[in-house]
Amino acid sequence: MTADSPASAPLRRTPLYDLHVAAGAKMVPFAGYDMPVQYPLGVLKEHLWTREKAGLFDVSHMGTCWLRGPDHATTARALEALLPADILNLKPGQQRYSQLLAADGGILDDLMITRPEGVENDGSLLLIVNAGCKDADYAHIAANIPSGVRLEVDENHALIALQGPRAVAVLSKLVPGVESMSFMSGRFAMLDGQTVHLTRSGYTGEDGYEIAVPNAHVAKVWNLLTATPDVEAIGLGARDSLRLEAGLCLYGHDIDTTTSPIEARLQWSIQKRRRDEGGFPGANRIKTELANGPSRRRVGIKPEGRAPAREGTEIQDTSGKPIGTITSGGFGPSVNGPVAMGYVESANAELGTPIQLVVRGKPLPAVVANMPFTPHRYVR
Amino acid sequence: MAIEKFSKDHEWIRVEGDIATIGITVHAQDQLGDVVFVEVPEVGRKVSAEEAVAVVESVKAASDVYSPLTGEVIEANADVASTPGLVNEDAEGKAWFFKVRLSNPAELDALMDRAAYDEFAKNG
Repeated sequence: MTADSPASAPLRRTPLYDLHVAAGAKMVPFAGYDMPVQYPLGVLKEHLWTREKAGLFDVSHMGTCWLRGPDHATTARALEALLPADILNLKPGQQRYSQLLAADGGILDDLMITRPEGVENDGSLLLIVNAGCKDADYAHIAANIPSGVRLEVDENHALIALQGPRAVAVLSKLVPGVESMSFMSGRFAMLDGQTVHLTRSGYTGEDGYEIAVPNAHVAKVWNLLTATPDVEAIGLGARDSLRLEAGLCLYGHDIDTTTSPIEARLQWSIQKRRRDEGGFPGANRIKTELANGPSRRRVGIKPEGRAPAREGTEIQDTSGKPIGTITSGGFGPSVNGPVAMGYVESANAELGTPIQLVVRGKPLPAVVANMPFTPHRYVR
Repeated sequence: MAIEKFSKDHEWIRVEGDIATIGITVHAQDQLGDVVFVEVPEVGRKVSAEEAVAVVESVKAASDVYSPLTGEVIEANADVASTPGLVNEDAEGKAWFFKVRLSNPAELDALMDRAAYDEFAKNG
């Protein structure tokens, strides 16, 4: 081991790195990886293409791990001790979004949990966590699961996401039957002779799939998909504007250890049994915030002019009193205007509340707006 | 015959008489990517060299546009403010940002010519 700081550590590459470079992608450091921020199409067109047709994203930097125990109930209860979602009642093939919580109810990371199909997988859960948090997540999970349940990090699979209204038509040609999958479900399937794991999910607000492919085969699958006229490779730039328009949180920006799931308006991801029973980190705080309302809330924000308001922008009430901060903001290509989200004091969180955003020293008018900014098009 | 100059902040400057027209370079718009917002200065504003007077924002980030020269803004381009994509289409033509009546033309000597700028942009 060396004493190198993370900043000086060499950037990691996904198995698709060479293809990105060959395609003319602009590569940037992201969460310790050298990742494509955009391809020659550019962020704006990549964003619009994904909403109209299908975009293919390399999300192999994200962390994939398995939690394995003797049976579903044992593994589910081990994970439920770390997060507030109902895992016990997940059916085989069902996927759920949740957050790893700190003892004070702050969010350590957000993640997707899938209970895989098949009796041979009983007792296993598939977790997808954020790239920037994965090492800390693995350490946290490993340190807090009972003996008899073990964490198995999967370094053998790359993860790609096919997102957009044409995703189902494109993928069903390669994997017949995926059209019948419902949103937030997963299954194993054969793709070009390889076993892959598919979920009908994503982070763009569009219909689509995330596909875990063995590292050695992912370049071939990527090429198969991008050879389809409806599919373009899409970089992290458009991924960010797509998820922002969809009102989805980005960890480290819209949620972090200082925000609770209730402040972040993620209460939909805490099922009733868990609210009633508790038994997860920060349960008391979450119970109190559910009952009395949190002191601040994440809201959608629509600037009235054309100027984007970026992360860190001060939010004021109309008298000029600071009431919060923007956590994500920019230009929404599908909205064709600026969009943002941030936290405001709960008294100012009502839809339609006029607010102002201090951009380059000037207060610009904005309004608390409904999210998503573009309608979700998930297939239920 | 107009004099053409370039700044280290990637602005182009075209000078005719004592009037300088200022915009951002093709290289700059290429670095920015898709431009989605432009704010131009008000006519009549007195600006000094190196002062941030306009804004250009791409999908990715916001950047200041500086006046490379001291003087008074006599015209601002409403077209580029209403159609920011002009910057990507014609950065060194239709997408000019503002015009300044120079009060100190000697400042031009500190700016680069095209050959020097191309070299600068290649290495920056």
